[in-house]
Amino acid sequence: MDISTHNPDTDDTPPPIAPPAADAEQKRAARGATRPGDRIFLALSRGSGIFLLVIMAAIAVFLTYRAYLAISEDDANFLTTFEWNTSLVPPKFGIAVLAFGTVVSSIIAMVIAVPIAVAIALFITHYAPRRMSGPVAYVIDLLAAVPSIVYGLWGALVLVPHMDGLFGWLNHYLGWTGVFSWDDGAPRSMLTVGILLAVMILPVITNVSREVFRQVPQMHEEAALALGATRWEVIRMSVLPFGRSGVISASMLGLGRALGETMAVATVLSPDFDIHASLLNPGGGTFAQNIASKFNEATEFGRDALIASGLVLFVITLLVNGAARMIIARRSEYSGANA
Amino acid sequence: MKLQRMNRRALSLGALAVSGALALTACGSDDTGSSSSGSSSSATAAAGSIKCDDAKGQLLADGSSAQKNAIDAWVKNFTQACSGVQVNYKGSGSGAGVTAFTQGQVAFAGSDSALKPEDVTASKAVCSGGQGIDLPMVAGPIAVAYNVSGVDNLVLDAATIAKIFDGKITNWNDAAIAKLNPDAKLPDLKIQPYHRSDESGTTDNFTKYLIAATPDNWKYEGGKAWQAKGGQAAAGSSGVAQGVKQTNGAIGYMELSYAKDGLGTVAVDTGASAPVKASSDGATKAVAAAQVVGTGSDLSLKLDYNTKAEGAYPLTLVTYEIACDKGNKAATLPATKAFLRYIASEDGQGILSGIDYAPIPDAIITKVRTTIEGLS
Repeated sequence: MDISTHNPDTDDTPPPIAPPAADAEQKRAARGATRPGDRIFLALSRGSGIFLLVIMAAIAVFLTYRAYLAISEDDANFLTTFEWNTSLVPPKFGIAVLAFGTVVSSIIAMVIAVPIAVAIALFITHYAPRRMSGPVAYVIDLLAAVPSIVYGLWGALVLVPHMDGLFGWLNHYLGWTGVFSWDDGAPRSMLTVGILLAVMILPVITNVSREVFRQVPQMHEEAALALGATRWEVIRMSVLPFGRSGVISASMLGLGRALGETMAVATVLSPDFDIHASLLNPGGGTFAQNIASKFNEATEFGRDALIASGLVLFVITLLVNGAARMIIARRSEYSGANA
Repeated sequence: MKLQRMNRRALSLGALAVSGALALTACGSDDTGSSSSGSSSSATAAAGSIKCDDAKGQLLADGSSAQKNAIDAWVKNFTQACSGVQVNYKGSGSGAGVTAFTQGQVAFAGSDSALKPEDVTASKAVCSGGQGIDLPMVAGPIAVAYNVSGVDNLVLDAATIAKIFDGKITNWNDAAIAKLNPDAKLPDLKIQPYHRSDESGTTDNFTKYLIAATPDNWKYEGGKAWQAKGGQAAAGSSGVAQGVKQTNGAIGYMELSYAKDGLGTVAVDTGASAPVKASSDGATKAVAAAQVVGTGSDLSLKLDYNTKAEGAYPLTLVTYEIACDKGNKAATLPATKAFLRYIASEDGQGILSGIDYAPIPDAIITKVRTTIEGLS
């Protein structure tokens, strides 16, 4: 049975903001066009809004223009080439490896982080004794505040040397799949990056999920309990369905961070320009990592090419965000906007 | 009430965790701290003979990160003597430095490679009546460092180095390595070659050496980006050094100052009577065998990577300062000249070997000094 669809708050249409009887006078007061202070404030806030759009447009124009300069000179296919050589004459570069690596590392991160984050959020909101839930939540907030370069250093100095055992085990039992085969190189690979990214996006997903689970109406849970449900059944029947779209939007926030993560990936990954079937062998690359690695010594043209790759990342992020918004809009019981 | 108290406890718990983490990271960064303090102690004093003339104001410069430590040491001594001048050298990379120079944003640039013809053309716009010239100022040995437990001395030649970095030799007990090291106990261990993931003048010079010394075994075009397949990549010389340190069986190339703390350096068999280890002295000897190929007042060098001179370490990079021969900006000319004059002087060159760089040999540095006096 699905209790969540019988939500009295959202099934009703919201009441109109002002009763129709109070009209002209109130409207004029609400518009507030009479006093200079109001007019100035209106102009300021409207100006700020327009300014934001102008900045966004300026960035988009700049990115597109510089990207165009680079792509029009590219001697290879920009989308399918496994190479990044901007100083050749004519230059050859393409984003295939970067797009693959960015998506794969983010997927690994999501697969690991989302279940754990949801479990932590449920623990904090429904299982933990009050005395514990506060500190746990606080420590997770702290995790979110750690700068990404620190995660990168931790990954390179601590995580990488300790991955040998896991990699050996995966290779032994799952090596035949090809995805988990390993030829004993230092474990600075996509899987390590994915695990590191999972740790990095964990706090974001946990925090938002926790807030969503807190908002599950008490009545739903009590109703389920009254029907004789166990605690797990309460969570399965009332908490998870209510929180689903919230968890999805939380995951998208996390995915956004994973897609764009730069320094941590650049510190841990051993990049090259090839797509490898194995997640355990070093190689691959991501958009942000590649820009960070190549920008310093790049020529003017090399920078244009990097900007072009940044534009692709921008588009991918837009698509992901758009997809998330569509999913949330379809399930309108909960949306981030009225949390 | 209760909630508040709980929060406070959580806060102190968190604070404890943070301070613990800070203490740990402080320990971790010790080794880099000690090397920089070592450099500053050897770089102090020796400020007596610096001529400031009427130099004053701010001197902006940008470029090669490979020579940044040398410049920092020089700037320290120079500004002690000439308090009216602030020298601000950003090590954003050779490419960025040359671009900043040709756009007139900096008084001089540092670069790991000599100006290309198109850069010289571009420089004419900022050097009114003149052009940008290369002044060799610092040499630096590139060490090939390795981490193989039980092997304290390792001799390799150019061909073996090329095959290792190209993935053609994959095990430490390979016959080619054993032949060069008859006395070493070479383990049955996978070789993990580390290269730079970022574009770098170190990579450029390392591959230039391989191309010149063993063209049959290194068939790539060279350049700042690594081109061979396979192996491990890491960001920056510090990243490569860190990776090699962490991995038993690893080998990597880096500036000499990074090849420390448990890393062995390869002695290169150049064909001289004894194999040569990376050292400041060896680099200077290799530069002495170089040829000046610049025309006019340009002093760009062409290293002889196949040199068999005794004690010369051919895997060496030369970094240049780039300024205008004529038409330097009037406001910064006195300061530029005074600073360059100092770093080319005996005192300036003298501090280099203490910080793992190598001075330019006398025959060439005297030409550099003459050129600096002629800058206008």
